[in-house]
Amino acid sequence: MYTLLTGPAFYIALGVCIIGMIVRFYQYFNGLSWQLDRVAYKEYPAMGFKGAVRSIYKWLIPYGTYGWRAQPVMAAAFFGFHVGAILLPLFLIGHNVFLKEKLGFSLFFNLSTPVADWLTWIAVISLLFLLLRRLVLPEVRIMTDRKDWGILLISIAPFITGMLARYQVGDYSFWLTAHILTGEIVLLAIPFTKLSHVFLFFASRAQLGMDFGIKRGGLKGSKMAW
Amino acid sequence: MPEGTLCNKKPVDTAEGITTLLADKSGKIYYEEMKHLEIDSDLLWKTIQNTCKTRIRTWLEICAHCGMCADSCFLYLANDRDPKQVPAYKIQSTLGEIIRKKGKVDNAFMLHAMEVAWAQCTCCNRCGTYCPHGIDTGIMFGYLRGLCYQQGFVPWEMKIGAGMHRVYNAQMDITSEDYIDTFEWMIEENEEEYPGLKVPVDVEDADIMYTVNAREAKHYPEDLAEAAILFHIAGENWTIPSKGWELTSLAMFAGDWAACKMQVESVYDAMDRLRPKRMIGTECGHAHRATVVEGPYWAGRKSGRPPVESIHYIEWLAEALRTGKLKIDPAKRIKEPVTLQDSCNYVRNHGLRETAREIISYIVEPGYFIEMSPNKEHNFCCGGGGGFNGIGCFRKQRNVGLKVKRDQIIATGAKLVISPCHNCWDAIRDLEEEFEIGIRWSFLKPLIIKMLIIPEHLLPEEEAEEEDE
Repeated sequence: MYTLLTGPAFYIALGVCIIGMIVRFYQYFNGLSWQLDRVAYKEYPAMGFKGAVRSIYKWLIPYGTYGWRAQPVMAAAFFGFHVGAILLPLFLIGHNVFLKEKLGFSLFFNLSTPVADWLTWIAVISLLFLLLRRLVLPEVRIMTDRKDWGILLISIAPFITGMLARYQVGDYSFWLTAHILTGEIVLLAIPFTKLSHVFLFFASRAQLGMDFGIKRGGLKGSKMAW
Repeated sequence: MPEGTLCNKKPVDTAEGITTLLADKSGKIYYEEMKHLEIDSDLLWKTIQNTCKTRIRTWLEICAHCGMCADSCFLYLANDRDPKQVPAYKIQSTLGEIIRKKGKVDNAFMLHAMEVAWAQCTCCNRCGTYCPHGIDTGIMFGYLRGLCYQQGFVPWEMKIGAGMHRVYNAQMDITSEDYIDTFEWMIEENEEEYPGLKVPVDVEDADIMYTVNAREAKHYPEDLAEAAILFHIAGENWTIPSKGWELTSLAMFAGDWAACKMQVESVYDAMDRLRPKRMIGTECGHAHRATVVEGPYWAGRKSGRPPVESIHYIEWLAEALRTGKLKIDPAKRIKEPVTLQDSCNYVRNHGLRETAREIISYIVEPGYFIEMSPNKEHNFCCGGGGGFNGIGCFRKQRNVGLKVKRDQIIATGAKLVISPCHNCWDAIRDLEEEFEIGIRWSFLKPLIIKMLIIPEHLLPEEEAEEEDE
């Protein structure tokens, strides 16, 4: 099982994820239509680029937009989870060692163990908060469907299994295998589920940034981050 | 019964058709027929496949159902935080559902979708600026309205309004002759007070081509006079086109995209014919959005711009005050608590956040202007945008929607609300009628005229003589 998961399954999951993201990214931008969307994308490339970058950048900054500031607790939980969800898979030392072995390279830097531990705890607690929020707030509950629970489950599983392995609760090799399996499930799910937001976030924000930058006020000098 | 005689999938494009629809008071028969209207699912699905591309599909797909858009929606707030008023829920349960079912929806569903599309969203686009994923639900509701319109599920007034544009190139049954006559009559009424006042019709190569809201010609002709007076005093070289004078588009509210195109093309034709340096539209929000912001795309203009530079009335006013073409008598400035209603259509959706404030800096005594909160791009819809004001069967819902603006105004303590937008102006008038909070409301034109310093050579003879003495 372990050999399968760290061998062919890993390459397949990673390949599907990366190729899937590229294809969907291409499809997204290819499907934009100046007349249907009513945005002259190609006529104002500079304003469009500026709008897109501003829209992405500001929303990536904690409390960088009016929207984040309007919901400070949600923003804290959101960033608490997402910072860990991005940094840990990419820069955890164990992951980098694994990458080096499998692909012959590792990524930029390694997180120190205390930092990684902190990020993990913060991410898990934040995700539990988001889960609780889904249960408690009527305005979130009304929209929550089985898919949303599925995504939460898929997203939290690698964290939980990773922690159990890290703290060696019970059978280490079992949790490690479970961790790799759940991680690969995430990779496979990214192009085909709502998890596609990990890359389509940039596409969608870029589009709205272009929309406002080119057409809805950008040319009038509005400095708003849409 | 598949197609009703009044309620059906065909747009109204004759004067008789409009008369017949209007004769059905409040759309009584029309709505009765709607309950039996069949859905052409094949057409609906084909249209979606042809026009619903990656932008909207991605929005619907990646919506995290996080509910962060809830508080951004004034209708959610006005309806005691009813979860059914969360923007994401509203669009997922209507447009999202139509797409999931590949257009196979029934009559009851479409009746519900129509109510959500016109009575639970004014397309103010505020939620779009609060979504981490950049999902603009207002745009999707505009799209949904188009689908509803195609299937004949459109409020009676909107069907008539779109028909008016098709027949008269105006939102009301006003012909070009009616329009010119009204404008000239208003000039006659005022030329004694303003000698030399005139309305130049179809003058080529003028600096300004002025366009209006047909309501002004029909119900508020003094607005036409005020526009003429202000251009006259500012010494502008202006004109009105005899055809293509209507800036508004109820067709946009109705989702009748073909009529939208016909309407803006009539204005663009006037621009091509008269070659003005600029087009200036009256104090209206959706009209600016329709003709200046969205219109070029309906007309297939790749540049995304109208044929000539087109600006909102407040942009011209601010410029005229800044450059001294219009001068304000400081003694006549507003000296009572006053606030400003930002129109979603040209503030949030066209960036004119400081323009009206610049005007206010000239016309309000310092210390008397109080901002609403939130304001500028974050301001709430007046409560009556997107056609909401004009739909009789949704009047109750509209009146509930006014509560947010009412509370915003009360919190400022202002007695006067400046509202340079027809829709906002109407909504604020109606909220005063409904809740009696003791406010007045006004466009900018009448306020400015009252405080102008009129150059001596433009004064009536007696007054000029008096001034000399």
